[in-house]
Amino acid sequence: MNRFLLPLIIFIILAIFLGIGLNLKPREVPSPLIDKPAPAFRVPQLHEENKTIAAEDMRGKVWLLNVWASWCVTCREEHPLLVELAQQNMVPIYGLNYKDRREDAIAWLNERGNPYVVTAYDREGNVGIDYGVYGVPETFVIDKLGIIRYKQIGPVTPEALRDKIIPLVKELNGAK
Amino acid sequence: MQNKLFLFFLLALMLPSSHAGEAVPVANDVALEERVMAVSAELRCLVCQNQTIADSHAELAVDLRNQVRDKLRQGMSEQEIKDYMVARYGDFVLYRPLMKRSTLLLWFGPFLLLVVAFGVLIIKLRQRRKAMQQAPALSADEHARAESLLSGADKEVQP
Repeated sequence: MNRFLLPLIIFIILAIFLGIGLNLKPREVPSPLIDKPAPAFRVPQLHEENKTIAAEDMRGKVWLLNVWASWCVTCREEHPLLVELAQQNMVPIYGLNYKDRREDAIAWLNERGNPYVVTAYDREGNVGIDYGVYGVPETFVIDKLGIIRYKQIGPVTPEALRDKIIPLVKELNGAK
Repeated sequence: MQNKLFLFFLLALMLPSSHAGEAVPVANDVALEERVMAVSAELRCLVCQNQTIADSHAELAVDLRNQVRDKLRQGMSEQEIKDYMVARYGDFVLYRPLMKRSTLLLWFGPFLLLVVAFGVLIIKLRQRRKAMQQAPALSADEHARAESLLSGADKEVQP
């Protein structure tokens, strides 16, 4: 009896650790940019090449920055949710089109609907690097002072929207 | 004849041009490339997390190597480049984890396990030695029997 007790305990401890390991998400690396000012950028707009858009243009409002590309498969998954969110007029969504071809990106939006107030066009991916983007799609919640408050790595899910993003937007809008 | 001449020119065109327009002296570039690779080998590719950006062919890794090259050209030190990456991607981007409070277990955990294993081994060995010492001594009869068994005389010894 005693002979089996110790291996059993060791086995249970191992199983618990492996179980924890299975539920971790190693792909989601916490961003050091949370609670830091959103990196400044000024890049051309996707639809109007001659106009630019900058992070500071959105100062004074709570906004979402959604990093996407027409070549990104999971972007298709989250896109209907963003379109729906945009229709609710709760929070303005700005796009960051990442390493894409302009005509591909515009065609993609024409086909699927355009939830973005304005889309910034980051041809070389330099804005992406400043924002620590490593897997598109990524979505940032940025407050009125231009501080990044939350980063969604991977597609926006209904759960993330309901439990994190929408409550946070409401809270930030309530704050001065 | 004309055909041969034509062929000659065609072949001449195919020869690699010895004065292709390269702005930077090659020797200089090699040194820079070596530094780019040295810094890149210290940075983790976040797309394929067990590779450095020097090893990875992911598009992000290529972009980041280009960033490293640009920064080196601008005269940034290797430490400054690492800090630049950490500011964007976090400590995890460093391929060799930093020594700090939250990584102590990572660094010293294996040694801790080794010490524990040695401790268990020593305790077990002591217990065994004690058990041997406490074993009851043999009586004269048992001794004689053991001796006969050991000497190969395995005939039954009548008690």
